[in-house]
Amino acid sequence: MTRKQKKVLIRVIISAILVVGLRITFQFADVNKYIELVCYLVPYFIIGYDILKKAVLGIFHGEVFDENFLMAIATVGAIALGEYVEGTAVMLFYQIGELFQSYAVGKSRRNISELMDIRPDYANIYEGDELVQVDPDDVEIGTVIVVKPGEKVPIDGEVIEGTSTLNTSALTGESLPREAKAGDEVISGCVNMSGVLKIKTTKPFGDSTVSKILELVENSSMKKSHSENFITRFAKYYTPAVCIGALALAVLPPVINIIIGNPAAWSKWVIRALTTLVISCPCALVISIPLSFFGGIGGASAKGILVKGSNYLEILSQTKYLVCDKTGTLTKGVFQVTEIKPAEKYTEAELLKLAACAENYSNHPISKNLKEAYGGDIDPADVPESGIEEVAGHGIIARVSGKEVACGNIKLMKKLGVSYFTPDKTGTEVHVAVDGVYAGYILISDIVKPTAAKMVSELKANGVEHVVMLTGDAKKVADSVADELGIDIVKSELLPADKVAEVEKLISEKGEKEKLAFVGDGINDAPVLSRADIGIAMGGLGSDAAIEAADVVLMDDDPAKIATAMKISRKTLRIVHQNIVFALVVKFACLGFGAIGFLNMWWAIFSDVGVMILAVLNATRALKFKE
Amino acid sequence: MKKYKIEVDCANCAAKMEEATKKVSGVKDATVAFMAQKMSVEFEDGVDEAKVMKDVLKACRKVEPDCEIYL
Repeated sequence: MTRKQKKVLIRVIISAILVVGLRITFQFADVNKYIELVCYLVPYFIIGYDILKKAVLGIFHGEVFDENFLMAIATVGAIALGEYVEGTAVMLFYQIGELFQSYAVGKSRRNISELMDIRPDYANIYEGDELVQVDPDDVEIGTVIVVKPGEKVPIDGEVIEGTSTLNTSALTGESLPREAKAGDEVISGCVNMSGVLKIKTTKPFGDSTVSKILELVENSSMKKSHSENFITRFAKYYTPAVCIGALALAVLPPVINIIIGNPAAWSKWVIRALTTLVISCPCALVISIPLSFFGGIGGASAKGILVKGSNYLEILSQTKYLVCDKTGTLTKGVFQVTEIKPAEKYTEAELLKLAACAENYSNHPISKNLKEAYGGDIDPADVPESGIEEVAGHGIIARVSGKEVACGNIKLMKKLGVSYFTPDKTGTEVHVAVDGVYAGYILISDIVKPTAAKMVSELKANGVEHVVMLTGDAKKVADSVADELGIDIVKSELLPADKVAEVEKLISEKGEKEKLAFVGDGINDAPVLSRADIGIAMGGLGSDAAIEAADVVLMDDDPAKIATAMKISRKTLRIVHQNIVFALVVKFACLGFGAIGFLNMWWAIFSDVGVMILAVLNATRALKFKE
Repeated sequence: MKKYKIEVDCANCAAKMEEATKKVSGVKDATVAFMAQKMSVEFEDGVDEAKVMKDVLKACRKVEPDCEIYL
């Protein structure tokens, strides 16, 4: 609790004790009404002096109809009518509600900053021979900083000395350690786990990853959602409207009574009017909506998902079309051996070794993949360089341990007159024949990320109707990936400019309320990212371009995070809608009952403070997200 | 566009500050984020920002006497 909150709490306790004490005392002691009034005014002013002051100042400044005014009029009115306990209690509960609200908001703000606990407090630099701690802001580019085990890397840079493992969980939400050695680029915000690292900074602190992320999260509540704007506008007209309504309720029925010759019954109608004033306070709505969004954004950032504004969280929840790039988003974008199919008499290992040996001297990317997959050492004596014959566009024929090994595509096999297997999967095929006899094939392809299929199915379970894949790759490759993942629309063989056109076409075809999200790696697809209703960039860690261009940034490149982001956004919006509906229904119901005299002041207090507390508690659920 | 740290107690008050700031001459647009306790102000071209911000603070104090803007 802050000092301000503690002060209010003390005032609440003192005046609560006084009110209860007075109530009990006057139960037994019969005193003059005016003495009673003076006694109750003590706790009333203790708890309400600041509200009364604000209400008076507000009138002088032309801000007549605000909640301070509502409370001041309602309580002064109640006391004037002899309802001392009720008048004081309304003020007391209003302050308790305000205190609770400020405490809850402060707590979620702190929770979120703890989730985002990546801000480094200092950097270690050498001054002469001595290591000193300085403000990271004062460190210039090119300075050597020292990061000890357990410390955060304060500034982006390049390791010049030392090896260690870095924990990126504060940035990505995943505790997957990264290796760091001399020559590696490291980003700020990671925690050094084992060895001492000397790092030469490549950026000032203000441009480092950690500063950018913090700025992004802090500024996210500046971009307000429709729901928030709606509530602000609503409150602007609602409060004055209620005040005028209450005034009418206090004056009109007695006046009509007088005209038609009945007793005026002023106090009855004034009390009803005051009751409606207390009910009508818009606090529950005004606070709980931004709090829900703030919680949602905070919860997402703890999962390594940065959302740049409440509006984007809102759009995300309305996404019906999710368009994604294939390479780098759904697939790893790295080619690897994915299938080894030996013919009879060979094992997988033997086949792989033959191919790796034959390709030993080649610099072709495929050769590298083969050698990587084989992993063992190749004795150059087994594969004399003189025995290598390259057949352009077909492959290689090499002498390996005295045997003639032909290694290449189908055309090479045909040329040698060797019969071969036809793979049923797509990819780059490497067929191998030994001394004119087929030995099998090895398939090299881009591998699909392990969580990509889960992402597609979870998206569909969470309201996304169409998952669209765009790719520059051949139709056959694209179709097989789409099949494997359950993607329903595929557009293949696209040039980068075609992707924008395809997205525009989808946008023009879809309905106004159906939103389109695009997911890319943020490097080549900035135009598409900005054209879509919402642009999601993957692998934001270390890529400034992605962070700049996108509305939502996934810190690592796990596609399952897209589904997580979608779920968080839907949960947040669900909470927002629950709060709007709950608060409005209770308020309007109570207003109606209050106006016809079914509710007393105590119910009015509940419908104001109680509803607000429930709405705030509901809003804080947005912060916590479990898979 | 400049950002300022602020201190304000209630969400409705923050909305009132935003309204008030937008009306100050020299201010093109303004946003107050209650949750972040921050205010961002876009100025008209060629105005003295420090002077405008003084007016902004005055305008905000009128609608919400408890508020603070750290200039």
